Amino acid sequence: MAGELPFEKPLGDLRRKIEELKGLSQGKGIDFSDEIARLEARCRQLEEELYSELGAAEKMHLARHHQRPTSLDFIQAIFTDFLELHGDRLFADDLAIVGGLAKLNGMPVTVIGHQRGKDTKDNIARFFGSPHPEGFRKALRLMQQADKFRRPIITFIDTKGAYPGNTAEERGQSEAIARNLREMALLGVPVICVVIGEGGSGGALALGVGNRVLMLENAIYSVISPNGAASILWKDASKADQAAEAMKITAKDLLSFGIIEEVVPEPQGGAHRDYEQQAESIKEAVWRHLQELLAMSAEELVEDRYMKFRKIGRFAFAAEAGSEQPDGALEAPEAAGLPAEAGAEPAAPGDASPAAESARVH
Amino acid sequence: MFKDLFHKRKYATVPSERERGDQQERPKRDIPEGLMNKCPKCATIQFSKELDKNHKVCPSCGHHFRLSAWERIGMTLDDGRLSEFDRDMISEDPLEFPGYASKLEAQKKSSGLRDAVVTGEGAIGGFPVVVAIMSFDFFSGSMGSVVGEKITRAIEQARLRKLPMLIFSTSGGARMQESILSLMQMAKTSAALAKFQSEGGLYISVMTDPTTGGVTASFASLGDYNLAEPGALIGFAGRIVIEQTIRQKLPDNFQTSEFNLQHGQLDRVVHRKDMKSTLTRLLDMHAVKEETGHGG
Repeated sequence: MAGELPFEKPLGDLRRKIEELKGLSQGKGIDFSDEIARLEARCRQLEEELYSELGAAEKMHLARHHQRPTSLDFIQAIFTDFLELHGDRLFADDLAIVGGLAKLNGMPVTVIGHQRGKDTKDNIARFFGSPHPEGFRKALRLMQQADKFRRPIITFIDTKGAYPGNTAEERGQSEAIARNLREMALLGVPVICVVIGEGGSGGALALGVGNRVLMLENAIYSVISPNGAASILWKDASKADQAAEAMKITAKDLLSFGIIEEVVPEPQGGAHRDYEQQAESIKEAVWRHLQELLAMSAEELVEDRYMKFRKIGRFAFAAEAGSEQPDGALEAPEAAGLPAEAGAEPAAPGDASPAAESARVH
Repeated sequence: MFKDLFHKRKYATVPSERERGDQQERPKRDIPEGLMNKCPKCATIQFSKELDKNHKVCPSCGHHFRLSAWERIGMTLDDGRLSEFDRDMISEDPLEFPGYASKLEAQKKSSGLRDAVVTGEGAIGGFPVVVAIMSFDFFSGSMGSVVGEKITRAIEQARLRKLPMLIFSTSGGARMQESILSLMQMAKTSAALAKFQSEGGLYISVMTDPTTGGVTASFASLGDYNLAEPGALIGFAGRIVIEQTIRQKLPDNFQTSEFNLQHGQLDRVVHRKDMKSTLTRLLDMHAVKEETGHGG
């Protein structure tokens, strides 16, 4: 089994055993067909067990699989007439992000994605899919171009995060990400984002402010890589598996938080087992969501996107002990020791409307 | 020629009588806690009162001490007055993240705040403004759902009231314990700014030490005017991570306000003693025609 992950080893062992027996029966003319049939049945059973309840850590390993299809693989398989466009017009062309024009079922769209390399050389050229500011600025340029020509935008998210280097900082990594977040909120065309592998922090979100965000079944999306979280929390980066579980980074988790709209199923064993089948299911889901969005006006699309992100967040309200206003006080208000649970209730999305707001203001 | 200077001493040191003597016998000098203060940069020791008079800026090296939200409010807003919004909003533990709930309680006690930002309406130089002031002493100023929500609501208030928006940032970044919910606060606050700014709203961002990670990569960098206090650490990725990535030592001034100014990321670096007057001047510049927008 090519590209076998540690948790897949029992399955690989079994498959190797079957191959061995097949070779034996061919070479020596001994009939092992009963034995082989028995093992194959067990193999299928094991596959069922192994892949039906994958934990966050296993999904993380699948999401990072070196054979996992990249943005360009999906672009080639889902769209026709892809015409790649380069450069941010300011500094350079960042190969960690690809983008251009393409047709989806005959409809012109703009497609953009993070691009990991296929081998070491390619990875070095593409900074392992971690963009510099020029990458985010190229993406924004293409998105604003799409807005001008009323083309829907499809983005593929697959990055460990924005490139953490001095050159990136000097050229305004923060500003580039922040600007994308703000400007994507104003696009008057449908924006659909698909997390296909690893969605790492701000570098992922900078392509992720969509009307719809979809995620492949084994993809992950988090504020910090599980490795980074483990090294901060337990001073031990090797506890990434543990951190992955704690951080709730799977597609299923994000669906339950209302961050994404749909989980796109993967072929058994992961997207790398069948590129064609995976591309087909992404295409179907994207096309379906696009039909809904195409019915909206530019203003409705902006408002729809605003409300999608506006309602994200979990918070509560402490019972007010005494609503003394600390007028001109240099001391902090007396907040210590207040029961956090008292009167706590998750705010409903509707609570966030500006109209309800003014009543809240003291 | 300096060889001798660094020679190892060839004798053993014996503790002096005073060092060996009983600690209890020596009269301990009676210095009340908090009376004196040592500058973390130049190690000058000074009276805390003197430091307070000097806007908490070290008189010998100019180091800007970190301020809590309420210290900043006292220093910046007219009469130190703030009509606070969403004062009772508190964090939940939506992921049931190991240790988060107890850490939140500990942070509330140690800082006296309910979360890492205080928002409300006040005035600067007579100009009414909506402000959001972050506080590093609560959970390293990290942004979780509460910080994102309070800042978004403040921006929405500025839009409704047609007032300028002012944010003082200081943050270690997004709050890991709320994982993806924290990350999405970056998009939420930026989208609120998109609405506000595209309708003509004025937003001034002031970055203070330190402003990093998800806060720098969202609202802190999006000001119509981006200001910073001198010597503040401002950046996206952490120094150690960068050094590991590029396998080089970074210069001392890397990611300081001055570094960011030099690389075109800031409009001005403003000394704390000039902050209020600079903000007043900026607000005044936008207050010419009240009927045309959010100028104040």
